[in-house]
Amino acid sequence: MADKNKKVIQWDRRNILDLKDLSKEEIDLVLETAKSFKEVSKRDVKKVPTLRGKSVVTLFFEPSTRTRASFELAAKRLSADTINIAASQSSISKGETILDTARNLEAMNVDLIIVRHGCAGVPDELAKHLKGSVVNAGDGCRAHPTQALLDMFTIQERFGKIEGLHVGIVGDILHSRVARSNIWGLKKLGAKVTLCGPPTLMPIGIEQMGVDVSYDLNEVIEKVDVLMLLRLQRERQKDNFLPSLREYAKYFGVNKKKLSKAKKDLVIMHPGPTNRGLELSSEIADGDNSLILDQVTNGVAVRMAILYLLLGTKT
Amino acid sequence: MSLLIKNASIVNADKHEKNTQDILCEKGVIVKIAPSIKADNAKTVDAKDMLVMPGLIDMHIHMREPGQEHKETVETGSMSAAKGGFTTVMCMPNTSPVIDNAMIVEGIIKEAKRVGLTNVIPIGAITKGQKDQELVDMMELKEAGCLALSDDGKSVVNSQLMRMALEYAKMADLLLIEHCEDPLLSGDGIMNEGKTSTLLGLKAQPSLSESVIIARDIELIHYLNTKVHIAHVTIKRAVDIIRFAKSQGIQITAEACPHHFTLTDEALNEFDTNAKVNPPLRTPEDVEAIKEGLKDGTLDCIVTDHAPHTREDKELDLDHAAYGMIGLETSVGLTITELVDKKVLTWTQMAERMSHAPARIIGLSQKGSIKEGMDADITIIDPKKEWTITKEDIVSKSKNTPFYGRKLKGRVATTILTGKVVYKET
Repeated sequence: MADKNKKVIQWDRRNILDLKDLSKEEIDLVLETAKSFKEVSKRDVKKVPTLRGKSVVTLFFEPSTRTRASFELAAKRLSADTINIAASQSSISKGETILDTARNLEAMNVDLIIVRHGCAGVPDELAKHLKGSVVNAGDGCRAHPTQALLDMFTIQERFGKIEGLHVGIVGDILHSRVARSNIWGLKKLGAKVTLCGPPTLMPIGIEQMGVDVSYDLNEVIEKVDVLMLLRLQRERQKDNFLPSLREYAKYFGVNKKKLSKAKKDLVIMHPGPTNRGLELSSEIADGDNSLILDQVTNGVAVRMAILYLLLGTKT
Repeated sequence: MSLLIKNASIVNADKHEKNTQDILCEKGVIVKIAPSIKADNAKTVDAKDMLVMPGLIDMHIHMREPGQEHKETVETGSMSAAKGGFTTVMCMPNTSPVIDNAMIVEGIIKEAKRVGLTNVIPIGAITKGQKDQELVDMMELKEAGCLALSDDGKSVVNSQLMRMALEYAKMADLLLIEHCEDPLLSGDGIMNEGKTSTLLGLKAQPSLSESVIIARDIELIHYLNTKVHIAHVTIKRAVDIIRFAKSQGIQITAEACPHHFTLTDEALNEFDTNAKVNPPLRTPEDVEAIKEGLKDGTLDCIVTDHAPHTREDKELDLDHAAYGMIGLETSVGLTITELVDKKVLTWTQMAERMSHAPARIIGLSQKGSIKEGMDADITIIDPKKEWTITKEDIVSKSKNTPFYGRKLKGRVATTILTGKVVYKET
């Protein structure tokens, strides 16, 4: 008799656009699959032939170093052919439409497109018109599903579970697709989520996602198991979301002193790149509680899992 | 040539005639209304089972000419208006160049007369080039044929300039129409700020951006003892403020669009750029308030804000896609389906909101009702006709609407402009 708690999941998803769409079982399957791919990255020869003959394109309309490198390594370790297209959003607005871009890629028989764009919904629009798969590598302030999946993988690796944990997400929630995707994912997996940041950077009606909101970081630090810090764009100060970066660092930045009341096994996470001295002090970024580099390592494994599930299981 | 409409069930803003009448039009004027008229050499239109309304007036459309003829022209816009039942349309000045001088006004009127499908009244800009810096030559625009001015697309943000505009417009006998939006509050927001925008991660503008300018304008006209017309009202708070101002005797009038009483911001859930419009689609609570405002007369009239854009303008990401949707050909169907059929408006109220009230607001004393001596502008509506909005059916040059596939009840059967049939449903 089959184990009632272990549902066998049929993966029939063609795209990864938003964690809102994924079931708990699908998220579990990604995380489970990533475990075996993490092992590949530790080998001397870090390559398996799984996706040989498949073409993967990264199409980034916004600058990115680590996410793109992570996807590219993931694809290469699976033996897929990869090309990178760095497109500027301004050239698109000068004539070529999103659909033109999609049709061009379609004409080259690309199997999978990894897209990042400054406006929400562009990956969905591409997915609507492409026969191949689309992976959202970040769209507007809406979703960054692979980041959230690698974050959850990292939390699960450390704690052995996600259900029942309390995760604090700190900083510019308003502009953060990382926060939104993590909220969707963490809530589905049974974590409690508390958001923390100044009210000017807290989106209206975010409570509808089933989260608590606090403006007091000290209070949050005492309660949580995981503290996820978000990158603060320095331009936010110029746009008057903040009085000063100094004040932000003082009240929403994490340092050793603030952590004195935290749980002993609290972990610190950050999607990178970090602003040392702003969101967190160097001693915290490099400290024992920091999982920041584990996140980067796990990113490759999780993205390998996603590429494999989208492309490798098809016959 | 005279025209005789037989068996007309006449719906005026003040009365829905119980018994059918015949209407005789001669030389562009309604000359006789009686139970049975004989006119041997008149062309006849049978309006049996139809509703006969005064020619519909849309005081807020975009004709795109001059300068953006790839989106719409006076000719295609007139075809669209005639098909939608509109015998008078007023076109906004955010063309290229801006309608801010007499020559452009005269050019549009001349072209509209050549086309001859609808009466086109250009709305001039309030400020030169719509730049919010200097007033246009108002007296000259009035003489050229303008009845109203607007910087539509944006507000006159400079309060001192708006004060001067209101004072001067009083002398020129021009109505000022304000697009109410504080550009700093709106920022680069492309949809309504709220629960939906938070989930979608799209840049959003607060509804506050609309209400603060309305409140400012109410204070200006109260102080100056003059009037203003508020374009496309979309939020509950605005309806409340306008209702309050009216209760104080302040001379404010206002309009609303079918998409704002039909759709909510959730229309953007699938990232359809055709649902990107400014002012944006709002919340269910706002939609109810707009309906309530139209019902109790706080909102005087229904306009389309017909805003044609090409495929290329819309096949972009939501940040870059153009704002607006076409509306002339769907306005009657949406109004009947969403308002009359759902008992928000009566037929007479529909005639009021879509013809009589705009005529009164603009000062078209010969239009807005079917009475002897009035202009023979008449819209015949088949109130029971069920139809589905399709791209193939649209005659506007642009096809941008989020309403494809929507089933409607009620459709224009015949449009009559100065006693001539300019559209007949085939």
